[in-house]
Amino acid sequence: MRFMIIVKATADSETGRLPTDAEMGAMAAFHEEMANAGIVLDASGLKPSAAGFRVRFGADGARTVVDGPFAETKELIAGYTIISVRSREEALAWARRFPCPYPSEEGFIEVRQLYELDDFVPSPGVETFRAIERVTRPAS
Amino acid sequence: MARSDERPVDPRSAAAASETHRVIDAIWRIESPKLIAGLVRQVRDVGTAEDLAQDALVAALEQWPRDGVPSNPGPWLMQAAKRRAIDGLRRAQMMERKHATLTAELEATQDQSPEAALVEGLDDVVGDDLLRLVFITCHPVLSLEARVALTLRLLGGLTTPEIARAFLLPEPTIAQRIVRAKRTLSESRVPFELPPAAELAERTAAVLRVIYLIYNEGYAASSGDAWMRPALAEDAMRLGRVLATLMPRDAEVHGLVALMELQWSRARARTGPDGAPVLLRDQDRSLWDQLLIRRGLAALARAESLTRTLGPYALQAAIAACHARARRPEDTDWVRIVALYDALVELTGSPVVALNRAVAVGMAFGAAEGLTLLDALQTEPALARYHLLASARGEMLEQLGRRDAARAVFLQALELAENAQDRLVLRARVDRLSRGVGSR
Repeated sequence: MRFMIIVKATADSETGRLPTDAEMGAMAAFHEEMANAGIVLDASGLKPSAAGFRVRFGADGARTVVDGPFAETKELIAGYTIISVRSREEALAWARRFPCPYPSEEGFIEVRQLYELDDFVPSPGVETFRAIERVTRPAS
Repeated sequence: MARSDERPVDPRSAAAASETHRVIDAIWRIESPKLIAGLVRQVRDVGTAEDLAQDALVAALEQWPRDGVPSNPGPWLMQAAKRRAIDGLRRAQMMERKHATLTAELEATQDQSPEAALVEGLDDVVGDDLLRLVFITCHPVLSLEARVALTLRLLGGLTTPEIARAFLLPEPTIAQRIVRAKRTLSESRVPFELPPAAELAERTAAVLRVIYLIYNEGYAASSGDAWMRPALAEDAMRLGRVLATLMPRDAEVHGLVALMELQWSRARARTGPDGAPVLLRDQDRSLWDQLLIRRGLAALARAESLTRTLGPYALQAAIAACHARARRPEDTDWVRIVALYDALVELTGSPVVALNRAVAVGMAFGAAEGLTLLDALQTEPALARYHLLASARGEMLEQLGRRDAARAVFLQALELAENAQDRLVLRARVDRLSRGVGSR
């Protein structure tokens, strides 16, 4: 199963300050460790919200473009890493070791599970039964 | 619920205890391959190393729920295992003095601080140990089944019940396979070292074969009703990626990773909402996993940058890439696929590959050409009981408008097919041709 480790933005990350060598080194070493375990699928850091924009969908269906930066810093995203692991607990074990992204202030990482194959494929037993029913009954 | 590395979990709470056990299981899966690989280097025996690692796990299960999970569990587990190793060797020494040097060696590293051990853990030593362990668990003295079980257990960090569930086999069967495999390795005195240069290519091919076998059991389950077992395919992909970091200069390793990721990118589109298989040309391509396609194409590009002559996995990956690049079925570069199959037939001589090549020829140059090649393959003994040959002939015959012949051949295929889902698809085709509706 796949999880996305989301690094939440901080006031610091929103300034666009580039990570120090030490911060970058810790992040790179941790990602290398995850890569050595074969679990990393994708990872990226995001530029501050000042470089982004939003498209707002109004209740009437109207679309408005709103340029960044956005105020609610802690709800913003500063980066993400997608991992493939066998269990939620394993994702948790890796997430606990994630280096603190912006050491000078309080911050969060948030871990979310991606929708998977199993979420879309209904149980094979039931489905096999349905399929048998479908092909054995004459088409109406 | 707040969790911290320092705060012990309340042992009175059963829920908290089982929570901690799940945490320990997860840490075990992460740490055990490195732990066992490091221990095998020191004790020179896979069975002994695994026993020691298990002892360390038992110690963790005793202590962590009480004292909290250490922030560096890897070095903690290694220390615990070494402590047990030294205890065991001391006992043995009363009878035999010859282990003295080994004990001294273990003691020399035993008093390392966790930090020092962690630094060692980041060293290349770990990679070398893991690579040596891969070559041991895939060693030719073992049966293929034993290699699969041992690789999943020691490198994938799976438990015996998990392996049994994945292969739909009774637990004792897998347990026995693993015990026997470890005994065989001890008795054959398989050295804990990388294969000599002269054998490296062959031994690497053996490792890749084990990983691809695990993958295929997940991708195209050979038994049972389910068509795919995603967890197993993902285990194989992780093993492949680990191997790619351990052998970054080996083109075929990247080729295998590319093949698995490109094939798996279509997993979601391979079954319809009713659970029945959907053929490649009928798949909803918007369901293809673009992240895996991107990764697969990148891995294939790495393979191609490392060699001028692609090996069998990289060639298959290149074929899968032709499909991945085609936005619509009619965009598929079948001529290129035929050329890649030509190379693959030459390399492998496999009748199954020849069958696939014939299908590609049919797509590239017309069903009549394909059918001629397929008919010629009917005398091939290896394909005599293979339902896909009959399916492919039925397909070509139907395209040529020879519906009665097509129906008869699909009926043959139905008799030969063993997988429940394959049978459903074939049944539906026979029925459709019988009714004379919905022909393509």
